[in-house]
Amino acid sequence: MFDFSVITGWVDRMLRSFLPEEATVLVEFVMIGVAILLGYAVIALVLIYTERRVCAFFQCRVGPNRVGPWGLTQSFADMIKMLTKELITINNVDRFLFNLAPFIVIIASVISFSCLPFAKGLELIDFNVGAFFVMAVSSMGIVGILLAGWSSNNKYSLIGAMRSGAQMISYELSIGMSILTIIVFTDTAQLSLIVANQADGWFIFKGHVPAFIAFMIYLIAGTAETNRGPFDLPEADSELTAGYHTEYSGMHFGFFYLAEYLNMFIVAGMATTLFLGGWMPLYIPGWDGFNRAMDFIPSLFWFLGKTGVLIFIMMWFKWTFPRLRIDQLLTLEWKYLLPINLVNMFVMVMVVVFEWHW
Amino acid sequence: MKYEDFKDNEYLEQLRASGTNVIVGRLDDLINWGRSNSVWPLTFATSCCGIEFMAVGAARYDFARFGFEVTRASPRQADVIIVAGTIVHKMAPVLRRLYDQMAEPKYVIAMGGCAISGGPFRNSYHVVQGVNTILPVDVYVPGCPPRPEALLYGMMQLQRKIKVQKFLGEVNRKEKKADK
Amino acid sequence: MSSLKEHILKIVPEAEVSEGEVPVVNVSPGAFRTLAIHLREDAGLQFDYLVCMTGMDFGENLGVYYRFRSTVLRQELTVRVETVNREQPELMTVADLWATAELNEREVFDFFGIRFINHPDMRRLFLRNDWVGHPLRKDYDPALNDVRLHSDETLDTAPVLEVTEEGVVEEKENVVFGDSEYVVNIGPQHPATHGVLRFRVSLEGEMVKKVDVNCGYIHRGIEKMCESMTYPQTLALTDRLDYLSAHQNRHALCRCIEQAMGLEVPERAQYIRTIMDELTRVASHLLFWSTFCMDLGALTAFFYGFRDREKILNLLEETCGGRLIMNYNVIGGVMADIHPRFVEGVKEFIRYLPGAMKEYHEIFTGNVIARQRMRGIGVLSRDKAVSFGVTGPSGRASGWACDVRKLKPYAVYDKVAFDEVLREDGDVFGRYMVRLDEITQSLRILEQLIDNIPAGPYSVKTKPVVKLPEGSYFTSVEASRGEFGVLIESRGEKNPYRLKFRSPGLPLVSVVDTLATGNKIADLIAIGGSLDYVVPDIDR
Repeated sequence: MFDFSVITGWVDRMLRSFLPEEATVLVEFVMIGVAILLGYAVIALVLIYTERRVCAFFQCRVGPNRVGPWGLTQSFADMIKMLTKELITINNVDRFLFNLAPFIVIIASVISFSCLPFAKGLELIDFNVGAFFVMAVSSMGIVGILLAGWSSNNKYSLIGAMRSGAQMISYELSIGMSILTIIVFTDTAQLSLIVANQADGWFIFKGHVPAFIAFMIYLIAGTAETNRGPFDLPEADSELTAGYHTEYSGMHFGFFYLAEYLNMFIVAGMATTLFLGGWMPLYIPGWDGFNRAMDFIPSLFWFLGKTGVLIFIMMWFKWTFPRLRIDQLLTLEWKYLLPINLVNMFVMVMVVVFEWHW
Repeated sequence: MKYEDFKDNEYLEQLRASGTNVIVGRLDDLINWGRSNSVWPLTFATSCCGIEFMAVGAARYDFARFGFEVTRASPRQADVIIVAGTIVHKMAPVLRRLYDQMAEPKYVIAMGGCAISGGPFRNSYHVVQGVNTILPVDVYVPGCPPRPEALLYGMMQLQRKIKVQKFLGEVNRKEKKADK
Repeated sequence: MSSLKEHILKIVPEAEVSEGEVPVVNVSPGAFRTLAIHLREDAGLQFDYLVCMTGMDFGENLGVYYRFRSTVLRQELTVRVETVNREQPELMTVADLWATAELNEREVFDFFGIRFINHPDMRRLFLRNDWVGHPLRKDYDPALNDVRLHSDETLDTAPVLEVTEEGVVEEKENVVFGDSEYVVNIGPQHPATHGVLRFRVSLEGEMVKKVDVNCGYIHRGIEKMCESMTYPQTLALTDRLDYLSAHQNRHALCRCIEQAMGLEVPERAQYIRTIMDELTRVASHLLFWSTFCMDLGALTAFFYGFRDREKILNLLEETCGGRLIMNYNVIGGVMADIHPRFVEGVKEFIRYLPGAMKEYHEIFTGNVIARQRMRGIGVLSRDKAVSFGVTGPSGRASGWACDVRKLKPYAVYDKVAFDEVLREDGDVFGRYMVRLDEITQSLRILEQLIDNIPAGPYSVKTKPVVKLPEGSYFTSVEASRGEFGVLIESRGEKNPYRLKFRSPGLPLVSVVDTLATGNKIADLIAIGGSLDYVVPDIDR
């Protein structure tokens, strides 16, 4: 299996050969930053295109097919349009917070994006409390949404932001608990180690029933966390026009739009890392030929493929289910998911303590 | 429809005939390509034409093919307002406000007889005689209500119209402020 | 019939009561209130349903026609009240007896300037607050009002006329929304109002405390325009009232004119009309399903509904030439004969739709989220439905058998077997299910009719200019959304003196406040969606 650290190591050595230590680090930071932003933008655009095609597929439609071959360049056109669209300055808003909010959302999303272990040797931010770091950073996005809603001086936005606050804080619990379940099981919070521990079997198989329950809960809570249907209350189109970003135009709105899609990728990516073995190929014990064949598929594809499947499932949710109401949303979390999660974690602790697992 | 018919009002392309700088011209082309292929309509309809507008969005006609399907409910994020239906006196200020709330560049399509001239309700005491008295209209789509194909045709004409704009060349140059 | 007359004369001895199928009571404004109370409460009268309230400009005086129906005793009555003068026209309110009168009286005030004493809210309903004059009066000058590009001020207080104990009329003000209330505007441009309707909603967190309906953003003045048109010309405007029940609306007006003329419509035309009405109903209910699901956030359902609706539009287009506005019914029959492929197409559609309906139930009705959002939300009791005049599927979901096709069969509805879908729950789910079940019933009607269209002429020749004999005529049909009535007041000329449409939309929107109060914002959207009003139908 190809290890990306070969490339990164080579670049590092090459830079060090003619640059001083500080300059090397600086150049590498810039390179990584550019790479992340590029990857972020490309993945977002691809996701937007995919979402349109997938929803068209569910709705007996064709979807974009006029702009470029198969409509592939549709989201690029959208991006160009948005970049050149006017940013309206609105009277009677808190100008500073209003302009700051989309950046908070997008920064939170970029940082959590860069924590994902994409492939073998391709981990950008990786340290011993990685899982907690992702949780901490990704929940920063709520602040951006709350600020956006509050500073817009618009009643719809405010209601949207309040809904969003209630929703995200609730579902953050479920996400945290299900991640904890896995951390209890794997004994580390470092994302690269979590992946490495799944070399002999993905946690969803290895972790018995508790891991599976944790996976389901993570998927539900993750969908809620990204504000997508059926949990899209903060921007409920038919209720609050556009929710917290009603007053945003041009690229400011573009940031929210991109962040929404990327958050979906992050949630799916984390689910892949925690439950589906990250970039690890699928091994079936005993099938040596099959396992060796699986090794030929590059690890990056494994990661993107698994993430893609999860994203497809999340889109499926969105285009099938009607929206929940706010009280039902909170009931689901506090009365069902959270108790189940607590019990589930207790069971997982039992499993680990009494070593019921393989 | 034949391609020649589609280009029936050929004066549009002549608007770009006057030369521009190569780089600026290419950049303009890129921007216009982006803008014309991503025209997001505002979710706005007053009456019968609104249903046909919805039909255009639905499975059979599907304007998503052109990248128009992202109907935004918030005027800040929309590019085109399709005035689908009669505009009456009480609605006129609201429509004007909606238009003012939209971010540049913004376009207006007057869909149906009512929006164009008042249509069958022209003699009424409460109907505006065409939205062009309130908004600058880019494309008129006649009909009562226009067939979905007609609306698609109108939107494609709007695309053509966007493609002759000059973002860096002329249109967006800041006007000199009037002396006080 | 005479017992009814005697009963009324016992209450108001000086009233004039005319004989006829529907007696007309002519009563003075002073005695009207007493009569109204008796009409509502007396055991022998029990007129619990105010069908239609028509403001009139009689020339020297203004006045109102009230048309009552008793849902218990199945009898009808028209009451005619004239004001004392034109300069200060005042009548007593009946809004406390029939809830539907509340908005209707505001409408009459808006159009004719008749002020209703003790009515809780005498703001204009349709026109701007700074509008000059009352447009449906015969002496109204349209030059008074030009297009203004600034919005009118939204009133938070409502003028009220109240009678003190000494019998003196005083002007007062009622507070609609207090200063400390968190009032959110939903509409006029809002995806969930299905057009340009405006709700002002007072919120407490997510809870709805009060809904104030602001109409008139698509008030096109159809009734006034009709007064200057010949009868065949007026037909064109009915299609555009409620464009989703275009055929049925036009059917109602044609029927009213035909009845007044004493014209017999050929049987073939009756069959075609009935088939067209039912196709329109199916198309309308399919659209309801689509938009209702979209309001609840299930976007895919929207596309399924539209996909199947297009099939009906194809059929209608082949025969009528239009997809939405069909202009098919004419006085004396229909515009053209049916297309040769029509029968076959309808049969194919009848075979196709049940499968699609199954899919609908699978994707939405059976969904656990959908059920939770519909069950027990916005319950409308039968009494309230009658009092508010909520007819159609919404009324039938509350257990009120109000189907005009059953009550007073017209066209060929007496020859077909179909069930009136009734439910007892009266909530959003009930209204939703009634509509879906009605699609099945409509298919049943189509099935019985499509093979039996009799041969013969599809229309009777009529003169291009029709004159109706003097009098007032009222007819109603069952449109997709409820009872659609037409009242024509004729003075023997070639155009109507007054033409009033009893739209099913206005009562529907008047119950929103009652249903939504105490629920969440999301429920308000669901309730609005389930009532399925069409805004141009409300505003006319």
